[in-house]
Amino acid sequence: MDWLFIIFAVLTLVPAIGTATAKNPVTAAMNMIVSFVAMAALMVLLETYFLAVLQVLVYAGAIVVLFLFIIMLIDAEKAPRAGVVRTIAAMVAFLLMCFSVLYLFFGEYAMETPVLTEATMNTVRVFGEQLFTEYMLPFQVSGFMLLIAMVGVIVLSKAPAKEDL
Amino acid sequence: MSIGLPHYLLVSGLLFVIGIFGVLLRRNTLVVFMCLELMLSASILALVAFSRYHSTPEAPLFEGNVFVLFIIAIAACEVAVGLAIIVALWRRKQSIDLGSMTELKN
Repeated sequence: MDWLFIIFAVLTLVPAIGTATAKNPVTAAMNMIVSFVAMAALMVLLETYFLAVLQVLVYAGAIVVLFLFIIMLIDAEKAPRAGVVRTIAAMVAFLLMCFSVLYLFFGEYAMETPVLTEATMNTVRVFGEQLFTEYMLPFQVSGFMLLIAMVGVIVLSKAPAKEDL
Repeated sequence: MSIGLPHYLLVSGLLFVIGIFGVLLRRNTLVVFMCLELMLSASILALVAFSRYHSTPEAPLFEGNVFVLFIIAIAACEVAVGLAIIVALWRRKQSIDLGSMTELKN
C-alpha cells in the first residue's frame, strides 16, 4: 500500500513538472495524461472508485483530447520562450511555495492523521442516490451550466462579422 | 511510517505549486491553461482525501465526493469555453503569446 502510494505520487508530480516546462505543447499534453491517470490511481487507493473512473474519462479522456485538437488546429509552437527575468522569478516563487508546503508537512504545524475507518459504501449506487435526493438542485443547475457552456462555445467559435475585424 | 491524510495533502499541495509555477513561467496560452487544469485537479485530490479520512460507516461523508463531481463538470465547461476563446484569439492575432495580448493595458 505504501509503495503503491509512493509510486503513484511520483507518477503524479514528475509529469506535472514536465507539463509546466515542456518545450512542445504536445509533450505537455502527454505528460498531463500520465499525471491525471496516476492521480486516478491515488483516488483508487482512497477507495473512491467512481471518481477515479470519472477522472480518467473526463480529464485524461475528454479534456486532454480537446487540448490536442486545439494544438492541431493552431500553430501552438509559435509562442516564444520565457525570458531570463521571468524564469528566475518563477523559480523563486516555486521554491518559496514548495518550502511553505513542505514546512506545513514537516514543521511544527504538522497534522495528526485521522484514524482511517472501515471502507464506506462508496459505490456508484450510493452516489446516485445522494445525487438525486439531497443534491438534486445543484445537479440540475450543473446540467444547465453545461448547456450554457455549449451555447457559449458555439457563439465564440463562429466566424466574426466583418466589421469586428 | 504508514501513509495518511497529510501525505495525500502533501501531494496535492505540491501539484498545486507546480501548476502555479507553470502559470507564472510559460508564455504559451495553451500550456498556461493546462497548468490551470493541474491546479484544479490538485484541489480535487485534497477534497477526495479529506472526504475519505473523515467518513465513518455510520456517517459516510459524501459532501466532498459530490463536490468533486461538480468540480469535474465545471472543469469540462471551463476547458470548452477557454479553448474557444483561445481559438478566437488565434483567429484575430495569429499568435497565442501571452505578451501580445495587451488591448486592455492602457
